[in-house]
Amino acid sequence: MKASPFQYHRPQTREELGALLTRLDNAKILAGGQSLMPMMNLRVIAPDHLIDINRIPELAGIRETAAGIEIGAMTRQTDVLSSETVRSRLPLLARALEHVGHIQTRARGTIGGSCCHLDPSAEQPAVSAAFDAEFIVSGPNGRHVIPASAWFEGLLQSALGEQEYLEALRFKPWANGHGYGFAEYARRHGDFAVAGGIALLEGDRDGRITRAALLSFGVESSPRRLTEAEGALLGQHVDNLDIEPVIEAARSLEAMEDAHVTAGYRRHLAGVLIGRALKEACATLERQS
Amino acid sequence: MTERSVSFTLNGEQREAKVDPRTHLGDFLRHSLGLTGTHLGCEHGVCGACTVIVDGAPVRSCLMLAVQIEGSVVETVEGLGNPDSLSTLQQAFVTNHGLQCGFCTPGMLMTLEAYLRSTPMPTERDVRIAISGNICRCTGYEGIVQAALDVAATRADRT
Repeated sequence: MKASPFQYHRPQTREELGALLTRLDNAKILAGGQSLMPMMNLRVIAPDHLIDINRIPELAGIRETAAGIEIGAMTRQTDVLSSETVRSRLPLLARALEHVGHIQTRARGTIGGSCCHLDPSAEQPAVSAAFDAEFIVSGPNGRHVIPASAWFEGLLQSALGEQEYLEALRFKPWANGHGYGFAEYARRHGDFAVAGGIALLEGDRDGRITRAALLSFGVESSPRRLTEAEGALLGQHVDNLDIEPVIEAARSLEAMEDAHVTAGYRRHLAGVLIGRALKEACATLERQS
Repeated sequence: MTERSVSFTLNGEQREAKVDPRTHLGDFLRHSLGLTGTHLGCEHGVCGACTVIVDGAPVRSCLMLAVQIEGSVVETVEGLGNPDSLSTLQQAFVTNHGLQCGFCTPGMLMTLEAYLRSTPMPTERDVRIAISGNICRCTGYEGIVQAALDVAATRADRT
């Protein structure tokens, strides 16, 4: 079983990459290949040109800037997971990455690849949406930033243009000591989740919630923020949260159905998992004294 | 399609070869180089049988193109030991009945070889998570996990 024939290109610089994308038709970018290669081996897709970006060093790496933490699109999942910056400033991302594939796939797979492929059950796009991350994109018209709210266009469909490539993701960390929670259900550790939930919380010194992000993933075709439920948490005390409306919000989503899982079961899981994520976020929220 | 030449280190030996860009690393090792120790199961990244070590990291050789190993250091099960002189990990698999049909074994060995280099003192749970991307349909994993723990314990005694 192998991919259909294609022309292989290996640019060494971003300029070469940009030129190739402008010139070539039916081209695909090969990052870590952990989703693209199976699709090519199974001949779900057959690009005429494969542009391998593994040898462009500027596309990988994690740096803190005034605008936030920028993670290069080609940064391998294993490097994001072991990054001290990520573990201390974006603990939710590290927590989620433990559920992304296995050591063999994290050694190759990249955060940018996952966020361009956009499997509805993928953890990294879900975390990006919870953080309102910014997607830094380059193309024929230069560089521009796409907010997470505009990045997800649908099932496996991002806002990236055909001649564009994702350069990096930018995360704005939440306050030190913020609460974070992550829960998913998968049939085998590391498999794509059937469904999952994410919660981020900030509180004041009395323990009242001042900021919240709640998200369900693997339920609809894209990760879904539960904005109304987020608003309802504000002002509540962390020790006495009314979790039921949050669970109900996740349970009311339009869930997908497939050969393995009914929509009803997915909705049930969405409720259970957002509840667990929120409880974990309450437990990890540090009290400021 | 145009063949490309690749030069790389394989089990300590410098090699050069010509490859069709669409050939994945697993097929290249087996068909072009005759190294049939690497097994191909699902060829879409689920079973882990084809795991080899590239530049120190365990990777699925069915999800990497042979043309991508240019300049890299590749290790396969043939580099671990041989029938007359098994590696410590291979011997631990034998001792603990960590294999039956042997199909998943090369992938299990290469995954654990890479893992134990970076995590010399794993817990049982760590080992189970480390091999969660490798499917074995014979052993129930108990012998494999025990083999890895034995190797870790032996190495800990020595240091």
